[in-house]
Amino acid sequence: MNGLIEMVGLTKAYDARHVAVNNVTLTLPRGRIIGLLGPNGSGKTTLIKMLNGLLAPTSGSIRINGLPVGVETKAHVAYLPDRTYLAGNERISEILDYFCDFYADFSREKAINMLYSLNIDPGTRLKTLSKGTKEKVQLILVMSRNADLYILDEPIAGVDPAARDYILRTIINNYDPNATVLISTHLITDIEQVLDEVIFMRYGNLVLYTSVDNIREQHGKSVDAYFREVFAC
Amino acid sequence: MAWDLDSDRPIFAQLAERIQIQIVSGHYPPGGKLPSVRELATVAAVNPNTMQKAFAELERSGLIITQRTNGRQVTEDTELIRRVKTMLAREHVRVFFSRMKELGYREEEVVSLCENIFEGKAVPEGDGSKASPEIDRGGENYERIN
Repeated sequence: MNGLIEMVGLTKAYDARHVAVNNVTLTLPRGRIIGLLGPNGSGKTTLIKMLNGLLAPTSGSIRINGLPVGVETKAHVAYLPDRTYLAGNERISEILDYFCDFYADFSREKAINMLYSLNIDPGTRLKTLSKGTKEKVQLILVMSRNADLYILDEPIAGVDPAARDYILRTIINNYDPNATVLISTHLITDIEQVLDEVIFMRYGNLVLYTSVDNIREQHGKSVDAYFREVFAC
Repeated sequence: MAWDLDSDRPIFAQLAERIQIQIVSGHYPPGGKLPSVRELATVAAVNPNTMQKAFAELERSGLIITQRTNGRQVTEDTELIRRVKTMLAREHVRVFFSRMKELGYREEEVVSLCENIFEGKAVPEGDGSKASPEIDRGGENYERIN
């Protein structure tokens, strides 16, 4: 079995001067929780958008489950974007209907259970919720799918520390040896012990792909401290 | 509660140490069943693969035995558990003595200090005739607040 995600020479250039992702070759296996880390503007979101078919690569290729990115791969990729695509007027229960129709792997029961454990009433309209609660709802929608690949773009940035713990526990609880979770974030300390591996990116280049415990073993410091060293301004 | 982990050492090694302590202290008794990797990973709020690696480490040392049908259990070899316990205790004492040495204590001074402290502990609390000024001030504040 090859990797879940195979990127070869992946490049995205918005124009000649702005190369957001530069010649990235990387294979990511199943059954991992992987942090996608890098300073602002390092190409994380561009990479994620290419994995989701929202941007077409300038050159190079991506295969997910051995298939090029398209309708079939999207059915098995659960994506939490960096900003919402949901309209505020709908009730959460209506959004659940929508997800049930849209994704064959969506579990309404799982979503309802998670909503109740966070005291969110499915009858409320999305726009009446606070920013943090909206983010929780969106994460619940994504994690309630039984996907092969979960891609979470900044899932914990806007929520309080208690909800952050809940989200991390949700990610751990949903761990599936056949699925991989790719998480982009700046909050490394909060998430470090949940990760198997980390990817460091800078100026669109792949800097490093290794395990959290490798970094700790080799450098005697946390991933967060190592990140600060590598990316010191 | 998530487990407190140091930031400068591999996580799996810290998890293994923690479970090892729970075994030698009897929290998980000899022959007792251990929680699953997933359960323990959730409690500790760590990656399940890292917890798996910690369990593998403990299996190698013989403290944990994996049975295909019955999950994981603590070894029934109480002699082994006792040896590990002694080893851990020796390590604590060694670290303690080296810290005391940093403070300028000689070994026999450390031993007599320990004896004094343990004798002092037998005195009922509140008999603070020799208590330090800090503790006195704390007591006054406490009274004032009330």
